[in-house]
Amino acid sequence: MSGGLKVLKVGPGVTLQDRGRLGWLDAGLSRGGAADLLALSEGAALLNQSDDLPALEMAGMGGEFEADADMRIALTGAPMRATLEGVKLAWNASHILPAGARLSIGGPEVGSYGYLHVGGGFTGRLRLGARSVHLAAGIGAAVQAGDHLATLSDRGGPIGMTLDVEDRFTGGTVRIVESLQTHQFSKAERDRFIASTFHRDARGNRMGARLVLPGDGFGTKGARTILSEVIVPGDIQITGDGTPFVLLCECQTTGGYPRIGTVLPCDLPIVAQAPAKAPLRFHYVGLEDAIQAERKAATTRQSLVKTIKPLIRDPHSIPDLLSYQLISGVTSGADKSDEE
Amino acid sequence: MTPPDRLVAAPDAPVISTAGVDGMLIRFADTLSEAANRAALAFRAAIDLAGWDGVEETSSSLVSVYLRFDPIHLDHLTLLHQVTTLLGSRDWYAAELPEGRRLWRIPAVFGTDLAPQLSEAAAQAGLSVDEAIASLTSTRLRVQTIGFAPGQPYLGTLPDAWDIPRQSQLTAKVPEGAIAVAIRQLVLFSVSTPTGWQHVGQTAMRLFQPDAREPFLLRAGDEVQFVTTTPERLDALHRDPKGGAQITVIG
Repeated sequence: MSGGLKVLKVGPGVTLQDRGRLGWLDAGLSRGGAADLLALSEGAALLNQSDDLPALEMAGMGGEFEADADMRIALTGAPMRATLEGVKLAWNASHILPAGARLSIGGPEVGSYGYLHVGGGFTGRLRLGARSVHLAAGIGAAVQAGDHLATLSDRGGPIGMTLDVEDRFTGGTVRIVESLQTHQFSKAERDRFIASTFHRDARGNRMGARLVLPGDGFGTKGARTILSEVIVPGDIQITGDGTPFVLLCECQTTGGYPRIGTVLPCDLPIVAQAPAKAPLRFHYVGLEDAIQAERKAATTRQSLVKTIKPLIRDPHSIPDLLSYQLISGVTSGADKSDEE
Repeated sequence: MTPPDRLVAAPDAPVISTAGVDGMLIRFADTLSEAANRAALAFRAAIDLAGWDGVEETSSSLVSVYLRFDPIHLDHLTLLHQVTTLLGSRDWYAAELPEGRRLWRIPAVFGTDLAPQLSEAAAQAGLSVDEAIASLTSTRLRVQTIGFAPGQPYLGTLPDAWDIPRQSQLTAKVPEGAIAVAIRQLVLFSVSTPTGWQHVGQTAMRLFQPDAREPFLLRAGDEVQFVTTTPERLDALHRDPKGGAQITVIG
């Protein structure tokens, strides 16, 4: 069985995202994909399905949606105000979205990017090996009101589950490794960089986050531009006026501004999710420590499904789900734990 | 491990650096040269051919090669040894250009309101507008790298006169297919974007078409020669995704 989601209203930055398009760097196409890859994996764990399936990424604002048929959903990433037929829904949790019921998702309480996952995943359109929309490259477009988002068939699984998530929605300290031009910056400049508390500028998007400086811009010992070479997400480039930009998933693939460091992939969601004005600090770690951190993050991601647990619900705030016909194969987490 | 920009630093030799947690960069020079560009293209092809376990992606830029790998399963020192061994196996600066290269003869309008910065750029190059057009259309250019945006070529090398700087103020937007000049290179834009390069010509090329069977038109190593056309004829060429380009296999 497969159905879809009608889009009644939608914010300006809602796009279908998966883990991105790897392997096209030599053709000038950056990987794109979800700005917060961990949120993609958390949603997949809640629905007990693959984290390769695309979900709706909602930048700064969600929308109003109505399902054609009963479907399982999960909400992850930046916690947003979500209601089902006017009743508040828990974030970082899976729910049933009955056919015809209205799901409303507002702006984030903290953070920037929230995710709406559906059982089976959205169908999307496979292009160059992925279904993610890449706005900067013109692959696909943002979701519009009136769109119908087809979903793949759901083999069923839990609902009413939740999981504990790492707080990554209010900025904080981010680990970096030395990058291609780190040593073109004097030790004094590098020391000043790691001693500084930056604030995320409001002018950010999926290509990069501009940082507001506490003092003067950062300068290199040599020229301000270098011969253009590869850029990867996480690189912190210092532009002509000394302002740092952290490059994100939809960044350009090459560039000529010096890079002072590169954010660890496992810490990049902290930068992507930092809302405007959130404080960000950087801390150099050695390569061995960075690899250890990545190994730990990979293990955590792979075992997320083991950490899901039943959502303890306030009986006064749950919609009257019994009035809806539930799809076969759906079991609520609470029911399951009762059986055990 | 030593700091990334000093991992290996012998004189007159490629320099190997780490790039982030999961990347390695091999630079064949620190300025653009014909030999270093050929070395980068050939070395990247050789790594792809070697098919090393744990290497997930490669790309080349003007004079450097990037490898992305899985550092959890392939440690930096093992990869460094593989890269060093391959580097030592031949003189990469003497490498041939890749096979299957093509010459693209691309219709373009220089100047007019379609490309409003031609006279300004010509003046900076010390040329009249007619001399500038003659120079830009008589030079056979090479795709030195594809990058920045999908399918977007950096074309070189133009005569010395074109060693003009990028503008300090960005042009708010140039359209897809725009030809822009700076530092003895042309960029042919694959997306509409702000730029510090000066907009001197306009083509009808659609360099990246995500839904096409071949999404990217140009490849590194291809050659390009621009042929002047009129705004009216260019308008008609927009129906062809190749923008009226004539293609010949050259190597």
